[in-house]
Amino acid sequence: MMPYNFAYLDENSKRAIRRSLLKAVAIPGHQIAFASREMPLPYGWGTGGIQVTAAIIGKDDILKVIDQGADDTTNAVSIRHFFQSVAGGIATTTDTQQASIIQTRHRIPETALRADQIIVYQVPMPEPLFKLEPRRTETRILHAMADYSLMYLQLYDHITRYGRVAIGYDYPVMVHDRYLMSPSPIPAFDVPKMHMNPALQLFGAGREKRLYAVPPYTRVVPLAFEDYPFTPLQAQAPCALCGSTSSYKDEIILDDSGKRQFVCSDTDYCGKTSCK
Amino acid sequence: MSYVAAKGGAQAIHAAHQMVAERNAANPDDLQAQIARHLHLSIDRIMAEASLYDRDIAAKALLQAQGDSIEAVFIVRAYRATLSRFLDSLPLNLGQAHLQRHISAAFKDVPGGQQLGATYDYSHRLLGYFQNLPAQEEAEAASATSGIPPKATLNKTSVMELLETEGLIEKSSTEPADAENRDITQIPPGFPASRAQRLQTLARADEGFVLGMAYSTQRGYGQNHPFIAELSHGSVNVEICPPELGFSLCIGSIEMTECQMINQFQGDSPDTATFTRGYGLVFGHNERKALAMALLDRALRAQELGEKVDAPAQDEEFVLSHCDNVEATGFVEHLKLPHHVDFQSEISTLRALRAQSPGTTVKHDDAL
Repeated sequence: MMPYNFAYLDENSKRAIRRSLLKAVAIPGHQIAFASREMPLPYGWGTGGIQVTAAIIGKDDILKVIDQGADDTTNAVSIRHFFQSVAGGIATTTDTQQASIIQTRHRIPETALRADQIIVYQVPMPEPLFKLEPRRTETRILHAMADYSLMYLQLYDHITRYGRVAIGYDYPVMVHDRYLMSPSPIPAFDVPKMHMNPALQLFGAGREKRLYAVPPYTRVVPLAFEDYPFTPLQAQAPCALCGSTSSYKDEIILDDSGKRQFVCSDTDYCGKTSCK
Repeated sequence: MSYVAAKGGAQAIHAAHQMVAERNAANPDDLQAQIARHLHLSIDRIMAEASLYDRDIAAKALLQAQGDSIEAVFIVRAYRATLSRFLDSLPLNLGQAHLQRHISAAFKDVPGGQQLGATYDYSHRLLGYFQNLPAQEEAEAASATSGIPPKATLNKTSVMELLETEGLIEKSSTEPADAENRDITQIPPGFPASRAQRLQTLARADEGFVLGMAYSTQRGYGQNHPFIAELSHGSVNVEICPPELGFSLCIGSIEMTECQMINQFQGDSPDTATFTRGYGLVFGHNERKALAMALLDRALRAQELGEKVDAPAQDEEFVLSHCDNVEATGFVEHLKLPHHVDFQSEISTLRALRAQSPGTTVKHDDAL
């Protein structure tokens, strides 16, 4: 294969992305446009997260990549291989505690993050209002005026129809009391972990060409009403492997009769809990 | 070859890439046979959009069209029009398909298992990638491509059936297609079209058009919150039942790609809220088309499901009238034909208009 610069992108491209990231950190939850590059993995596979990781990773970093909470899912394996092949010499790990950078799709690890860690989220749709107003020219104005009545109406509509807010993932959150933000399609279960998290949280949306950030110890509050507080659904059973009752679970179909089993989606956490 | 279920995603990806590389390796002498083999995905697309399952004909057409796939579709469609129809096949039994690929994104593991098959999904788009695959390190990885035959016959419970048992998804419509909407190439559909007519139209629609419309639904133009319940690619037997015999005969097998998509729930109360379905089925191996078709099928059900119709992808007449690439290319490209008679009449009209007033613009007294 052809030789590539460390972490694939050239140094100027990485610097441009870091500049956008600095802006993102300075305005928590606000979407910053950036010149997203074509990466050798398809849009939708995590090109935004990959570009963020490529821009911030250094030779001393230890990288962990998860998809759906697991290190051994195909896409996580693929992205980890990518960085191993283009960022020669960097160390990778499946251990949440050992990692300095964690790139994730759809989950936040169960193990609490620390101030010396960065979590990079892969984001498909950075605009939290897009299902209600598809035109970005309009949503920009709504953000500028902090007019989030559309989203509150949506929650109200759910409550009148179903008696509860029926959003299972990508639950809208207010960041630092100012910007409405998509937490990426993590389950609502994971949203409270974002609040006042000591780690830097970076979000990359490659196809939509947007970056945003939640700096360490920032308020991240899910939208709700006083009489209908945020109530994420918990797993229906303890983990069949490690017995954890506090983790998020995958539902596994065991046979043709539809027998189910619940196991931790965070494989690193599950393995560690089993050992105890 | 698992997708996520077990440890070993790395081996599965490795085996998937080996399968792609092996397909690229063969080297028959005949040009048309080389096209049929090396450009098999291109052939699949031509067969799908031409609505004729014949690899040799499609390869011949692609060669004649110098690689222009829409031109090749056109050639095959024109040939198809000359074929006589003597029987309808029995409905395909996709539950009995010999699957080469079977994945679910909604569940970590499903009846029939996750089977990665030959896919580009987890390859890196670097030039020469498949020529530089690392040597196989693990015996299991080797056996995944050579030891175990890539096909497995399954008669499995579908994910949709399991969700149906729990009442979480709407029941699939079981009404058979009546004579009116059995074949859009025999009886052209009007509007509103039945779902059968719509699915037939989408199955032969231009991949790029369907892809773009489906993509728009994901970006907020038409509601969609899709999950792939099952995406399968494999071969399935085609059976006929000649009336003079009274029993069915298998006349061969064809490759198909099928997508069962689960979509947002619908309903006004907790009791009636269910997930809804979108469906895609296409000749050959074409996952992009099957997925896009399933998204678009669901978007086009907006009216039926009582949703607001305000996005282009939900507008049945707009989508179905413009998705056929042979029709579209014909009318767009016909602009190259001489039009000097009608253009002459336009010039004469414009000259006459201008001759009426001394200036080049009409003056209004009340103009500011």
